[in-house]
Amino acid sequence: MLDFLVVQFLTGLAGACSLFLVAAGLSLIFGVTRVVNFAHGALYMLGAYFAYALIARLGAGPLGFWAGLALAALAVGALGAGLEATLLRRLYGSPELFQLLATFGVALIAEDAVLWLFGPEELVGPRAPGLGGSVRLLGHQLPEYDLFLLALGPAVLGLLWLMLHRTRFGVLVRAATEDRDMVGALGVDQAWLFTAVFAIGAALAGLGGALAIPRSAAHAAMDVEVIVEAFVVVVVGGMGSVLGAFLAAVLIAELHAFGIVLFPDLTLVLVFLVMAVVLVLRPQGLLGRAEGIAREGPAERASLAPPRRGIGPGWAALALLLLGAPLLLGEYHLGVLTEILIFALFAASLHFLVGIGGLVSFGHAAYFGLGAYAAALAAKALGWGLGPALLLAPAAALVGGLVLGWFCVRLSGIYLAMLTLAFAQILFAVAFQWSALTGGDNGILGVWPPAWAAGGARFYYLALALVAAALFLLRRIVFAPFGYALRAARDSALRAEAIGIDVIRWRWLAFALAGGFAGLAGGLYAFFKGSVFPAALGVPISLDGLVMLLLGGVGTLSGPLLGALAYKLLQIGIATATDFWRLYLGLVIVGLVLAFPHGLGGFLAGLGGHRRGAPGRGG
Amino acid sequence: MSGGGEGALLSVGGLAKRFGGLAALDGVSFELGAGEMVALIGPNGAGKTTCFNLLNGQLRADAGSARLKGRELLGLAPHAIWRLGVGRTFQIPATFASMSVRENLQVALLSRARRLGALVAPAGEAFRDQADALLARVGLLAEAGRNCGVLSHGDLKRVELAVALVGEPELLLMDEPTAGAAPGERFRLMELVEVIVAERAIGVLFTEHDMDVVFGHARRVLVLDRGRLIAEGAPEAVRADPRVRAIYLGAAAGRG
Repeated sequence: MLDFLVVQFLTGLAGACSLFLVAAGLSLIFGVTRVVNFAHGALYMLGAYFAYALIARLGAGPLGFWAGLALAALAVGALGAGLEATLLRRLYGSPELFQLLATFGVALIAEDAVLWLFGPEELVGPRAPGLGGSVRLLGHQLPEYDLFLLALGPAVLGLLWLMLHRTRFGVLVRAATEDRDMVGALGVDQAWLFTAVFAIGAALAGLGGALAIPRSAAHAAMDVEVIVEAFVVVVVGGMGSVLGAFLAAVLIAELHAFGIVLFPDLTLVLVFLVMAVVLVLRPQGLLGRAEGIAREGPAERASLAPPRRGIGPGWAALALLLLGAPLLLGEYHLGVLTEILIFALFAASLHFLVGIGGLVSFGHAAYFGLGAYAAALAAKALGWGLGPALLLAPAAALVGGLVLGWFCVRLSGIYLAMLTLAFAQILFAVAFQWSALTGGDNGILGVWPPAWAAGGARFYYLALALVAAALFLLRRIVFAPFGYALRAARDSALRAEAIGIDVIRWRWLAFALAGGFAGLAGGLYAFFKGSVFPAALGVPISLDGLVMLLLGGVGTLSGPLLGALAYKLLQIGIATATDFWRLYLGLVIVGLVLAFPHGLGGFLAGLGGHRRGAPGRGG
Repeated sequence: MSGGGEGALLSVGGLAKRFGGLAALDGVSFELGAGEMVALIGPNGAGKTTCFNLLNGQLRADAGSARLKGRELLGLAPHAIWRLGVGRTFQIPATFASMSVRENLQVALLSRARRLGALVAPAGEAFRDQADALLARVGLLAEAGRNCGVLSHGDLKRVELAVALVGEPELLLMDEPTAGAAPGERFRLMELVEVIVAERAIGVLFTEHDMDVVFGHARRVLVLDRGRLIAEGAPEAVRADPRVRAIYLGAAAGRG
């Protein structure tokens, strides 16, 4: 038994190596630039593909193999430097949301670039020359390559430590990590420092990817897998701490190694549960430094004028158009419009958290999916009708928001965002692995509305009525005292507390409400599609919502609706025109972030010239 | 001279707070009476703002007590302390930048009435008259519709004062009430504070770097140095105190 534990432990340590390399790069980049680089997983993926291609060209002999790995890491490093110099440098002053979305756009581009260059099949790399065998240890076989990785992780940690503590460059990196203003005061050329750190971080990710190919196949979705795990490692270890990243990588890898033996059905849940526990007990991570007095970072502020009485001509025309749509549109396009309506509600519920509450959630799909599963289970397992099922959907998501939000509101900024992501991933894992209830990967099928609501036009009108009612209610809440309390807490938590506002409590309720509205959208989606899959809880849905906010701007209430419309049309338009829809979507996102740092809504409002904003916010 | 005496509005005893190895406050005790204006002065890092943050619950004290009319404040959350009648203004004005001046007051009035939980009724008209009355009191009614994000520093200080008055405080903690305001505006601001405070018998504890403001408006002065209270008394007495001259007004003044 003991020997088994030892061998399993060593396997876990070997698995920690690549994860550590990726996470260390992510952590270094975050520490210095305060950018959460969503493209980091893509850099890892490119490292793997580059290494595969280079080894194929140079030959799989010892020289070709190792040179291939090194060159792949260097190439990814150079790519990272280019990325920093052309894209991120323009976004350091932008809200976190914009930086995240820009790097997300880069990740989309990279995914399709890989598909285009290398094709969709999984690529299995060659074995490392001289390390292809295995050694016997305590009666078990242990691959030699694992032993190599096992030693490499601490070696890289040591080198990074020497760089950070024994070189002038390292001193600057550490100074910037602890206090950005200090570096400016030292008269250091920040642009150069940031580019260099980004290059090193990218090279580490590339090396991580390159080292992974002898162990596991390269494929075009590996970036999402690794980025989510790397986020977990960085958050658990503490943002900006390389040693923390190492400890956390070991912890997570061991969790995988032993989890698969002890709780084979719970491995995914386990990882995110550990992250949630760490964040709640020690919000800054194992070795992270607690942030001092809350930093009032750049944030998009929805500066909302109180509603005018009556309905403007624009809204009246829109209402007529929507009511008459079934007469104008065919079955397919009406379906597209129905989906847009559902996602408009989803985006509006996310905007309530992000725009009104100032709480950036990376995991809003949790509530969309909770609603979808609640509606589907009510209809299929409990035999409920459409009405009760669509009541249960927001109710379940609201309760979910109460439970998960209770933890989230105790954190702030990027940590809050990470915890929301972790919770969404836990739910995703539960839906994926608890097949007895959810059908697992096969989902729940046959969730169709009854005859009176079935068919394009009928379901469209049902969705239109519910979405319109929900949006109206949400709008009322924004302009009710509750909405003001949320905005007050967002504008200045300090002042809000000093006038008797229990900031945490209102934010908690905001999570529940936003969850409830997202749950209704999810419930509608289940009946619209006739099925629910774990993807309803997945990262892409959460990101869709954030991209919609980006497109529409968070400064107005109609922004998210506009964003949902624009995003869905873009997605569908691009998807029908090309196989490489991610590439074009990514280019569009990156282009939009650069061109309109305050979203389309802000841009249009600026054109209209009737903006009532704070100073320092361009149109 | 230990003002307040029996039935003091605020009595602070043995207040202490450490940050790591540094004692930011080291056993500070004082009292403050109703309607009394007291200045808390000291060099940078003496512990003034820490003292404020402990009194209104933003920070948790390591030891000591702070009683408002006998009621212990330490250990309570900021919003609970506000409900007991402690108002606060900040060194860097903290207002809701996305809202108009009037809305800033309406939010405070809604909070006072415990009506912030209302989900559907529009907030726009709530307490509009009371908000305007307070704005008129601090001379800002003309700015009521403007966004706080575009106001001058001096006007933001007035917004803060009006917002603090919403809670009908018995004790007002003012961290540098005139910092950032133009020189002429400083005295108008302090005179306004003095008049309002006298009307309502509010006890005021304020910090201030401008010595003219301190000696012109405080009835009593407390001097902090490295977390300890080193002198206390009427402005003239404190001004003459050689220890104060030595640490606060500079070594040269101390020798002189």
